[in-house]
Amino acid sequence: MTTRGDGEPSESPAIPNGSGAAAALAAGIGAFTLAVLAVAGDKSAWMNRCLNFYSPTGPLSGATTIAILVWILIWGVLEWRWRGRNVAAGYVNATAFLLLGLSLLMTFPPVADLF
Amino acid sequence: MEMTSRGLWTLIHGMGFGALYLLACSGALVELYWFIRARQPLESAPSRERFLKVYLIVMVVLAWSAVLTGAYVVYPWYRAVPPAGSVDLSMFPQRLLMANPTTASWHSLGMEWKEHVAWLAPISITMVAFVFIRYGRDLSRHRQLRIAVLCFALVSFVAAGVAGLFGALIDKQAPVRGGSIIQLSAGGEK
Repeated sequence: MTTRGDGEPSESPAIPNGSGAAAALAAGIGAFTLAVLAVAGDKSAWMNRCLNFYSPTGPLSGATTIAILVWILIWGVLEWRWRGRNVAAGYVNATAFLLLGLSLLMTFPPVADLF
Repeated sequence: MEMTSRGLWTLIHGMGFGALYLLACSGALVELYWFIRARQPLESAPSRERFLKVYLIVMVVLAWSAVLTGAYVVYPWYRAVPPAGSVDLSMFPQRLLMANPTTASWHSLGMEWKEHVAWLAPISITMVAFVFIRYGRDLSRHRQLRIAVLCFALVSFVAAGVAGLFGALIDKQAPVRGGSIIQLSAGGEK
């Protein structure tokens, strides 16, 4: 087996990268959904009430439940579509990292307060 | 020597799941880094991949256990609303913190951040575990997936670190109290 300059094996991968890319993008979308719902619940009294799935935990229960459902659903769909394919993993990664970075920022209260 | 049931649950959530997860995270980051950096990561140590897979599964369980016990067991006690006219707020940590301008930020910044950012840890580490289990040694052929695995593991560590740090600091300012008393030892006077 030979390798390219960046240390990558030159043979085509035995497992297509679609499955891994799907997991990364879905996780980014799930995290971003959580951050958006957290901000929305904080800014809107109506959203706050809607997200109150379990009163003792308050709107956190709805925000996390919805985010997890969105994450799992999108992961399932992407896995189904990309499982046997090679996708542009660089772009997928960039999108996933952007969403994850935004999630980290948006959960930080001083940043969330800007919205 | 005794402790309350709420204190025990806080301990299970914070030290049992959270701190153990943070410890495991630092180990996983080093292991993943060396595994991913190696050109032929498994030829010299075939059992290492299996070990790391089990290790990551345990981390996933720890991370989800930490956020679920935090959100559904400890957090309700933290945010409990006192009866109208209550003067003693020691049983109501959120209200106790917010009642004093010098401690209000522990809730408005610390807890508000912690309660949301903590969830990025299990989401990220689940992704890492899935990709590692699915690809194993084949990861050496996917540079972008290797980058994703390391970055998500790092974010998981940071998110858990923020949550753990604020959890410990907030509990020091306004601990969750109450519940039944658990007798740990009869003790006695010296």
